[in-house]
Amino acid sequence: MIQIIDYGMGNLRSVQKALEKLGRQAEICTDPRRIAGAERVILPGVGAFRDAITQLRSHGFIDPIRDFLDTGRPFLGICLGLQLLFDVGYEDGEYEGLGLVPGSVVRFDSAPGLKIPHMGWNALQIERRTPLLEGIPEGAYVYFVHSYHVVPEDDSVVATRTDHGGPFVSMIAQGNLYATQFHPEKSQSVGLKLLENFAKLPINA
Amino acid sequence: MLAKRIIPCLDVHAGRVVKGVNFLNLRDAGDPVEVAARYEQQGADELVFLDITASHEEREIILDVVQRTSEVIFMPLTVGGGIRTLEDIRELLKAGCDKVSINSAAVKDPEFVRQAALRFGSQCIVVNIDPKRVPIGEGTETSEAGRDEVPEALRVVPRPVPSEGPFSEKFSTLDPRPSTVYWDVHINGGRVPTGLDALAWARHVEELGAGEIVLTSMDADGTKDGYDIEITKAVSEAVEIPVVASGGCGSPEHMVAALTAGGASAALAASIFHYGEYSIGETKECLAAHGVPVRREDTSAVRQ
Repeated sequence: MIQIIDYGMGNLRSVQKALEKLGRQAEICTDPRRIAGAERVILPGVGAFRDAITQLRSHGFIDPIRDFLDTGRPFLGICLGLQLLFDVGYEDGEYEGLGLVPGSVVRFDSAPGLKIPHMGWNALQIERRTPLLEGIPEGAYVYFVHSYHVVPEDDSVVATRTDHGGPFVSMIAQGNLYATQFHPEKSQSVGLKLLENFAKLPINA
Repeated sequence: MLAKRIIPCLDVHAGRVVKGVNFLNLRDAGDPVEVAARYEQQGADELVFLDITASHEEREIILDVVQRTSEVIFMPLTVGGGIRTLEDIRELLKAGCDKVSINSAAVKDPEFVRQAALRFGSQCIVVNIDPKRVPIGEGTETSEAGRDEVPEALRVVPRPVPSEGPFSEKFSTLDPRPSTVYWDVHINGGRVPTGLDALAWARHVEELGAGEIVLTSMDADGTKDGYDIEITKAVSEAVEIPVVASGGCGSPEHMVAALTAGGASAALAASIFHYGEYSIGETKECLAAHGVPVRREDTSAVRQ
């Protein structure tokens, strides 16, 4: 069973529906105790970094997420669920993240004509073929909506970049941990393919 | 590179898609769920449902439509029409839409936009702005309704009368010809002027936390003569958030103008798609031929 972590940040039903469309069972999880027994875990999320990290903590999800990652089973962060994995976020202040991936989360630099939030369909530049990108062509379009993006310290975690006033990191992969800045559940066939790849990853990796 | 978005807008009344001019002579145009699925297949980038059901009691119907639609489409869905409270927004998001668009309620209570953005995030709060040129100057009748109540920083200011293009005509025939116009934000489907300047109001809703603006020029709306490039360009340049051009689309070439000269991030249209004049695919082909970056959904490239 895939557990989708519900910590009060946005509508998670769309992720669940996308998985159901693929014939995969997924449960919206409000109880941190259920994480330990999960086959796979998805951390979605929209909204502000500070609120999200506060909610994750107060719901008691932080240690269960760390323990789950230690099992080697597949983990997927989506949008804010990518950003939260980093050391520090600079959205309306400076806030400590989960510290699972070294690096920070910063706002797009303002530039004439550059629209922020980065909202809409943009192309993936594949830097490293990970199992999650199986069958997805270079330049495939996926749906984004965000004003902040991640800056990993170590480039080896980068799977894809995307251009918005310059290249930014749109997907990372680090062992059993995967995360996308875009919303696969809103990215039609490309997004469904990626979710299917996630659902098919071996759980004893 | 970020693609320009093509967004079909469906008017939904009592749970059905309807077509009509100015909400008159409404004709049934099908089940919203089926129409939405068809547009997804054609490669639409997003979808908007505009709930034109008047009564509040019928909100359950739109919630049901949203829920059923979100089961079958995997792209962003925005719902607008009659949204007045945080509870309205919460229910719609829970039913499965991704963004809500707020119009009259934002003008009546700007604080509502701030509260909504704080609670649900800017990414799902869209504000609709409906400007209309109102002639000012000696001898011309202008409505001053509510103008004094508008904070000075947001109040309409004189702007040049368009000297060319589709909107110049209606001013050149006035006697005496006005020298200036207000870009007066209207509510209630373009019937009620507010005294708010379109540019100042756009900047204000951005500050309040709106994540996107849908700009419908009431001068262009319903004409099919093309989008209002002048106002679209001015608003796009005034704010950092994306602006969706709306109102007046009669052909894919009109979209080209809105997305290039107008600086819009997306183009919204209703009738050219609903009456089958152009498919989404044909529209995108035309845009691509004019050098506009668009997403061409090539599903065969994805090996399932």
